[in-house]
Amino acid sequence: MADVTFTVDGKKLTAPAGMLLIDACRKVGIEIPAFCYYPGLSLQAACRMCVVRQEKVPKLQTACTTTVAEGQVFVTESPEIAQARKATLQLLLGNHPLDCPVCDAGGECELQDMTFKYGAGESLYAEAKQHREEQKWSPVVYFDRPRCILCYRCVRMCGEGMDVWALGIQNRGVLAVIAPNGGDHLDCEQCGMCIDVCPVGALTSGTYRYKSRPWEMKHVSTVCTHCADGCKVTLGVRRASDGMEIVRADNRDKSGINGDFLCAKGRFGFDFVHGRDRLTKPLVRNAAGVLEPTTWDKAIRLVAQKFSEANGSVGVLGSPRLTNEEGYLLQKFARTILRTQHIDHERTADYPTFSRMLAEVPDRAAGHREIAAAPAILVLGGNPTEEHPLLAWSLRTNHRLNHARIYLANTRPIRLARQAAQSLRIADYDALARYLAGDDAALGSVAGAADFREAIAGEQSLVVIAGAEYRGASLAALLRWGLGRPGVKFALLSDFANARGVADMGVYPDLLPGYQTLTDSPALLAEYAAMPTESGLDFAAMVQAATSAQLKALYVVGTDPVSTLGLADGALRKTFVVVEDCFLTPTAAQADVVLPAASLYEKSGTVTNCYGDVQMVRKAADVAGVKPDFEILVRLAGAMGVDVRTLVPFGAATGVRADMGQTRGAQAGEADRHAVWLVANGLEPKLSPFDPLATLDEIERLVPGYSLDRINLFAGNDAPTQPAAGPNAGPNAGPGSGFVPLESLLRRSDGVTPTHASLFHSAGLSDQTQVLQELQAYQNRLNPAAAAD
Amino acid sequence: MPRLVSHPDEVKIVTSRFGKGAAKIDTYLELGGYASARKALSEGADWIINEMKASGLRGRGGAGFPTGMKWSFVPKQSAKPKYVLVNGDESEPGTCKDHLIFLHDPHAVIEGTIIAGMAIGAKTGFIYLRGEYRYLIQIVERAVAEAYERGFLGKNIFGSETEFQVIVQTGAGAYEVGEESALMESLEGKRGVPRIKPPFPAVVGLYGGPTVINNAETIATVPHVLAMGGAAYAAVGSERNGGTRLFGLSGHIERPGVYELPMGYSLRRMIYEVGGGVRGGRKLKAVVPGGSSTPVLLPEEIDIGMDFDQVGKAGSMLGSGGVVVIDDQTCMVEFALRTIQFYQHESCGWCIPCREGTDWLKKSLTRFHAGFGTEKDIDNIQYLAENMMGRTFCPLGDAAAMPTLGFVKKFRREFEEHLHGKPCPFAHHPEVELV
Amino acid sequence: MSAEAMTLFSPELAARFDALVERYPARRSALIPMLLYAQDEVGYLSDAVIDEIARRIGITPLDVRNVATYYSMLRFKPAGKYNVQVCTNISCMLRGGYKIFERFQERLGIGHKGVTADGLFSLEEVECIGACCWAPAIQVNYDFHDELTDEQVDAILADYRSHEQKAGSR
Ligand SMILES: Cc1cc2nc3c(=O)[nH]c(=O)nc-3n(C[C@H](O)[C@H](O)[C@H](O)COP(=O)(O)O)c2cc1C
Ligand code: SF4
Ligand code: FES
Repeated sequence: MADVTFTVDGKKLTAPAGMLLIDACRKVGIEIPAFCYYPGLSLQAACRMCVVRQEKVPKLQTACTTTVAEGQVFVTESPEIAQARKATLQLLLGNHPLDCPVCDAGGECELQDMTFKYGAGESLYAEAKQHREEQKWSPVVYFDRPRCILCYRCVRMCGEGMDVWALGIQNRGVLAVIAPNGGDHLDCEQCGMCIDVCPVGALTSGTYRYKSRPWEMKHVSTVCTHCADGCKVTLGVRRASDGMEIVRADNRDKSGINGDFLCAKGRFGFDFVHGRDRLTKPLVRNAAGVLEPTTWDKAIRLVAQKFSEANGSVGVLGSPRLTNEEGYLLQKFARTILRTQHIDHERTADYPTFSRMLAEVPDRAAGHREIAAAPAILVLGGNPTEEHPLLAWSLRTNHRLNHARIYLANTRPIRLARQAAQSLRIADYDALARYLAGDDAALGSVAGAADFREAIAGEQSLVVIAGAEYRGASLAALLRWGLGRPGVKFALLSDFANARGVADMGVYPDLLPGYQTLTDSPALLAEYAAMPTESGLDFAAMVQAATSAQLKALYVVGTDPVSTLGLADGALRKTFVVVEDCFLTPTAAQADVVLPAASLYEKSGTVTNCYGDVQMVRKAADVAGVKPDFEILVRLAGAMGVDVRTLVPFGAATGVRADMGQTRGAQAGEADRHAVWLVANGLEPKLSPFDPLATLDEIERLVPGYSLDRINLFAGNDAPTQPAAGPNAGPNAGPGSGFVPLESLLRRSDGVTPTHASLFHSAGLSDQTQVLQELQAYQNRLNPAAAAD
Repeated sequence: MPRLVSHPDEVKIVTSRFGKGAAKIDTYLELGGYASARKALSEGADWIINEMKASGLRGRGGAGFPTGMKWSFVPKQSAKPKYVLVNGDESEPGTCKDHLIFLHDPHAVIEGTIIAGMAIGAKTGFIYLRGEYRYLIQIVERAVAEAYERGFLGKNIFGSETEFQVIVQTGAGAYEVGEESALMESLEGKRGVPRIKPPFPAVVGLYGGPTVINNAETIATVPHVLAMGGAAYAAVGSERNGGTRLFGLSGHIERPGVYELPMGYSLRRMIYEVGGGVRGGRKLKAVVPGGSSTPVLLPEEIDIGMDFDQVGKAGSMLGSGGVVVIDDQTCMVEFALRTIQFYQHESCGWCIPCREGTDWLKKSLTRFHAGFGTEKDIDNIQYLAENMMGRTFCPLGDAAAMPTLGFVKKFRREFEEHLHGKPCPFAHHPEVELV
Repeated sequence: MSAEAMTLFSPELAARFDALVERYPARRSALIPMLLYAQDEVGYLSDAVIDEIARRIGITPLDVRNVATYYSMLRFKPAGKYNVQVCTNISCMLRGGYKIFERFQERLGIGHKGVTADGLFSLEEVECIGACCWAPAIQVNYDFHDELTDEQVDAILADYRSHEQKAGSR
């Protein structure tokens, strides 16, 4: 809309015509108080806090519903307005408990803030306040009725935002009350968004309430560890006897790609960090065959010795939960120090095919922000609501606020259909790709297919989001169709926080970082001197080889093949097995050495979500005894007698910038420890080998597509990547380009096994998260039918 | 059965068919019914609106907005269907005039609805009656069925190409639903919470379509306006206040009832001549001139003509035309309390100042009337009411605050007599709470 | 319509609902009338009634509850067969509404929102019922009784009682 000029408090402002006055003011830093207004949700004009005076209008107007027009004149602060706001607060406080010191929201309460500002301190009322017992609406949602100021944010967030509609308003007048759909309990997604938007202490979190005070915590923003959407999450940490303890996870500054959003896993699923079964000491199998605690030094020395002895006969299994730096380092360690190509990870999407094909045409991969603003989105397969909650949120929001058209094709009904312009039920994803590409026979008999294809053909700008159902040939066919049309971009869904990142980092037996071949990638080959050039074994083959003693050692980093492949007890006993993990997984239980690893919440680095957006991970929690995989790798290399500078560039010679732990949100004590270590080793305290940023420099230098906007990244924002060819690649990439021939990719097994995570489940970690277990059980009890299938 | 009353000063236009069995369509036709609708059909929308403008008819629902002008705001072209919505929620204490219209002359409402539909180009009209009026709903439904039988409603009304359907709707007990946007919400099957304005109903109303909402009396007047001509109707009333109005005299009045009197008729004469004076010959203490939300007038303030402008000038409002007469044996604190108790009970609860304000007023007044008030309370009550005024989402908050301010200002003495444990000088006592 | 849906409401009521939902530009407009008619037949809005209405309209039971709890004529507990509603609002109050209410309380031995032990009567103090000029007024179920005197209270109760006996002996 055209810009208009109007006056606020004597200042001339310009904003698009029709913009809400409250938004136009906030944009330029004029804060208008509001309880009920919440950007993006429907307007209520119910709290009357945002009243302003508009010239020539007899009554005070609500800034949350007034749209700006040319020549208007407003006053937003004056004695009259302050009095109106004060009176409204006095009315609210008349029935509101005045026990801020014991309220869970004390210090983070919008009502408290406003009372300070407008000074409604003295009580005018002699009448007794109503008291009501707090209600437990679910394991994670509590409701304290007298504190509720009826701003209706929770109701709208649950309905409009989440499309769950589990909260309502019942009764009327002063008896009006927010009510859950189960009468006295909530049957919902347990996302906790209602708690997040509640401006006061009426809705509180079952996992946080009465545990801490906002000012007692440090707030560290990092990335959620549970799924591949990569939500920014702020962890509230507090000093505990054994390090730093996470007491809360929320979405404090709402600046991440997830905006307002966080799901149950992100908000409540952090207690695994301090889980009872958490490993905190290295374990070594003793003569009696029992795992027994030992020191880090001994464990590292033993592993280093065995790895040296294995002389290249080592298999390395990586995890899609490692950071980019760790993933990169792991494959570099395997290739250049262990001298093996037997390296792979738990794959949940066919990124090699995806990236190989998109690298040929510039700018065809859609980051999450692009998806969130796209005018049209085609979702093939998957079930975003359950498996990619942020994606579902963004699609719904985009539909609601921008009228984005969503097209769905799926083999089963999914909830997102409620927002879809068209939904197509199909039996076969391959056939759909062929049908879109013009093969009429492929879906000829499916009802609505023709309309569906026609509507999609009419979209000038389209993002195609493919579920993990698409891989290999069917993915190639889908991409080929879309790349043949202008304006089509793609995203490929996967599971785990860094599935995309570890794939991009080349944790594959046949692909180097950036999906480059083992033989034709001059830049990488120059660095990875003496690396074997034969493709190694893939995940399943390595495990197979280990069970039959064809490998001397197996290094399992953050994955659990015994569970995922259903191995028998003792299946791995013939090989020297090292497991690096947070918990004593079934694989770890069979290992010779178990190294207690830090979780994503206890380390720093970067991760790449499934849409290719890179974000910083910052250390929040601190669990005594554990080490990040990154540090373990560096120590192993050192113990194997390798100059760690060849693994991690640091120090004056190659170092780029100094870091004393700030980038990791590390506690001061830790920075000190590093300083001590550095000095003890005669190293320059300029840059630590444990600083992942050094490796990020190398990633940027060597991994095609990873030239990142650092300022943005370090500021806590997401930096997009695009699949790209190796440095030598021309448009007709031939030998030496670093490009893997597509045919060879399609010939090999894609090895993809999606985990089908769900709202309360993300393989491995959620099993160790009591809250998520409890939520799953709670919802199963409420919906036995849904639980059954 | 409500008693009908009569007085020689009455000018019977809207009430002209009362008591004559006009609820039956044959009788209604004999008494000239549906002639205006036929005429409107042949003359067209512009003519109707011009006549309505000329009539000076102002909305009888309370706010007194000129009806012709309201109709002219509806856009001619609209992608969405347009609607007429008749407000028969009649819930303002002191008001029972629509009750009589539905009882005695339901076809007039139907005919008025058809005409309003023609004026704005609507094909559907809704007549919404409060749920308590079940027997009236049945009467109106019967009348609607008759009109369908005769072809006055349906696909081709009066044999023309014009379509018009009427649907009768029941409420379920909520005063706030009388507010026009809350009325639409209720008709759409939702909580009776008002909508944000703008957009106004004339542009975005029922089911998103342009909608004209009028009070039942306003609508029942329409056929008469067209029958007698706008100018002739206007001539009956006072300046800028065309025609007559159904005034409901209730309370301590000798001859309570609904009287149709010209706009601008003297309030004093209404009480002392039409109504026969204060019951039992007592002294007049106060008059609520237009339903419980209108500020009270003192005996020395009743020499005014009863029209929107004159009552406004006197510091009150003509409102719904419900004149409540109060004698000198009445405790005004109790009267204020009962008034506020109503608004507290009926506040929809949406906005803070009304929801909390009405509740605190009620609590304070209850305590006050029971003899536990303090000086500061009187000021607090006034402070509260002043701070509700003009700050609420819809006018219900004002409807509670305005009369309160009137009571406190005009009867401060009586409030003071209740202070410090003194029992109510009228020996009345506070009552049970409504939940 | 599923078989179970037919069990809760009489065939007449079910048919009335089916016609009602089709009548409006949006099905949901039938909600408030449906709630009232169902209450008339069943006596109150039980959970089962709410669920059934939700299903028939195609909205959630929570939605139905949000709406139903707003309107003061709708109730969630059984009332007496004859629900006596006494207006005490200003016009009725000035003409003895409270006295009438007290008389009913005495005669029935119950208070506001009470139900007699035999389930025959319930009592409610209500807001203005639109009979101000014929005050004091009450409603028994949907029937108005105007310009009441204290004595008429007894007559009205006797009348409903005898009505009930006749109905019972038939
Ligand atoms: C709280 C409140 C209650 C109202 N109740 C009624 C009512 O019961 N009947 C009515 O006709 N108008 C009522 N109104 C006025 C309506 O909002 C609306 O102005 C009127 O129906 C328009 O019709 P008119 O122009 O014919 O007066 C009420 C307004 C408010 C604010
Ligand atoms: S003033 Fe506010 S709370 Fe009162 S009825 Fe209107 S919107 Fe509802
Ligand atoms: S923010 Fe405008 S009224 Fe609440």
